Amino acid sequence: MADGAEPVLNVRDLNTVFKTRSGSVHAVNSVSFSLKPGELLGVVGESGSGKSVTMMSLIGLIPSPPAQVSGTGVEFGGMDLLKASDDELRRIRGARIGFVFQDPMTSLNPVFTVGYQIMEPLRKHMKMNKADARRRAVELLELVGIPDAERRLKDFPHQFSGGMRQRVMIAIALACDPEVLIADEPTTALDVTIQAQILELMHELRAKLGMAVIWITHDLGVIAGIADRVLVMYGGQIVEHAPVKELFQHPKHPYTRALLKTIPSVRGERADRLEVIEGQPPILRAAPTSCSFSARCEFCFERCLNENPPRFDVGHGHDTACFYDFDANGPRHQPNMAMTQLAGGVGDAG
Amino acid sequence: MLHFTIRRLLLAIPTLLFISLVIFLLLDLAPGDPMASIPLTVPPEVKEKMREALGLGEPVHIRFLNWLYQFFVVEPQVAFDHLFGTNFAEGKQRIISFQSRSPVMSVVAERMPQTLWVVGLSYIFATLIAVPIGIISAYRQYSWFDQIGTFISMIGFSIPTFFSGVLLIVVFSVILGWFPSIYDTTHEVTDWSSFVYQMKQMAMPVFVLTLYNAAQVSRFMRASMLDNLNQDYVRTARAKGLSEKVVVLVHVLRNSMIPVVTVIALGVPTIFGGAIITEQVFQVNGLGQMLITAIYASDAPMVQTLTFIFAVLIVLFNLIADILYGILDPRIRYD
Repeated sequence: MADGAEPVLNVRDLNTVFKTRSGSVHAVNSVSFSLKPGELLGVVGESGSGKSVTMMSLIGLIPSPPAQVSGTGVEFGGMDLLKASDDELRRIRGARIGFVFQDPMTSLNPVFTVGYQIMEPLRKHMKMNKADARRRAVELLELVGIPDAERRLKDFPHQFSGGMRQRVMIAIALACDPEVLIADEPTTALDVTIQAQILELMHELRAKLGMAVIWITHDLGVIAGIADRVLVMYGGQIVEHAPVKELFQHPKHPYTRALLKTIPSVRGERADRLEVIEGQPPILRAAPTSCSFSARCEFCFERCLNENPPRFDVGHGHDTACFYDFDANGPRHQPNMAMTQLAGGVGDAG
Repeated sequence: MLHFTIRRLLLAIPTLLFISLVIFLLLDLAPGDPMASIPLTVPPEVKEKMREALGLGEPVHIRFLNWLYQFFVVEPQVAFDHLFGTNFAEGKQRIISFQSRSPVMSVVAERMPQTLWVVGLSYIFATLIAVPIGIISAYRQYSWFDQIGTFISMIGFSIPTFFSGVLLIVVFSVILGWFPSIYDTTHEVTDWSSFVYQMKQMAMPVFVLTLYNAAQVSRFMRASMLDNLNQDYVRTARAKGLSEKVVVLVHVLRNSMIPVVTVIALGVPTIFGGAIITEQVFQVNGLGQMLITAIYASDAPMVQTLTFIFAVLIVLFNLIADILYGILDPRIRYD
């Protein structure tokens, strides 16, 4: 992880609100984070915590209306993506920021050959002619470990297995050598052995190509194995942020702690019941004015119900949005991190 | 695919033979007498002689086999002779209409152009209009365009052509006098003004049928587009940075066309069937009108032949729809 390097992506105070007929839903609330070149940032949280919406909001992949994306800024390559026109965003998507989505079964267009779908961004962004694009497509398929690449270009998605399709998706995302790869639960729809293969592949590719990766998942095991830094999201906010080891060793947010507790252990006596976090994640009809986890939190006290906790810096590149101080075993008495400090990237991580 | 096509064509033979038998038996069972319109002053025994002269004295199976022989052997020979100047069919009995005593196929050949012009043109217009409307309606769902499109197709769907046709005649022929209310088949296009007249007399029947067909196809197109616009692969296409035009007109459209092409192909036989009611309203003497008059006159050979031709077309276009389906959707393989 390149310490102190300029972040390749810097998100400040991002908000996404869905205006629907039955009222508005605040899906992303004041999310700030930065991504350094070459690092792998894990984003965890349960379904509906706003992980995917955050990443898609950055780059204009959320249909608007109904969504409204606002914020202080999303800096990427010297420009503010929030102010960029649709055309400018299109030039970035697929060229400088690649995407891999969750379900490889449905994420590829069933009526076009895999070769056509890989060559599309090449021809669009890199202005390659057909022959060059073809050569590059073969290269890409070989890169992601698809045997007999030359011949398989002519195959349709339904002729590939799930794992192979996800490799194709990765090949498409990597086609134009992006600086950032956003992987939205890329292994969730795959069985465990294929998942391991894809993780292995990502490790390799990152070492080879050196792009920064944002890896969205709800699987803490995957995060532990692959990430440099982790964002924990809940209710559309970042509730904890830390380098991966720090997070697993010293979780500072009750939600993270509860999440870690829910992982069943394969060793020792088997528990009678699986650990769960009681309750449901909230659907935010308005910008949060109290801690969104308070209803499910065992440490909740009065302040949590009256104030939305800001992110407190707890050292070691670690911050948490909680009023309860686990080191002191009591309410926290500490000024919150200034937004500017966050925006500059939490440089002393690791 | 070739293997599939040949197999389906071979399977169509017994199907069509069975259909022709059913049509024949139904017509035979139906009440009605080709001699009903002969004046009452003609003595019954003379009528009986006339019936025999029409071949009605033979038993059912002989008449059916005769018709089969005439339809599948004699008529193709006649067509062949006509094209190449040979004379295979000389002296052979053709299928003769009870009404006009002329060969059924010659009458069909006379009527076909009007039907193809009016009904065929309206079908082409309908498709050309409906597909873009469906695409835009789906892409801008609930917009003004979509609302108006929905409203108009509701009208097209729910108002029968015999009403909209008559309404048009009242407004544009009777009150405004812009278009003729009766289609003149004998009109020949020789110069610009006669061409304009031809356009004028086609305008109303074509419009009525276009509205009706476009309403159906645009609804289908819209629904199919909406199904596909929310698919994951559309998000992938956008994530690749493709322009909206490419996303919608290449990625979504190709997938959405699959069911719509089937609907359009299956609708083609109805062109040949003629829009029976519309042709009647505008006095276009096409195939549809001919079928109606043949039914009134108990003209069994005519009805039998026409209905069978429609059956052949329906079977054929079913096959074409299946083949198109296989071409458009790579997941479908018939072999």
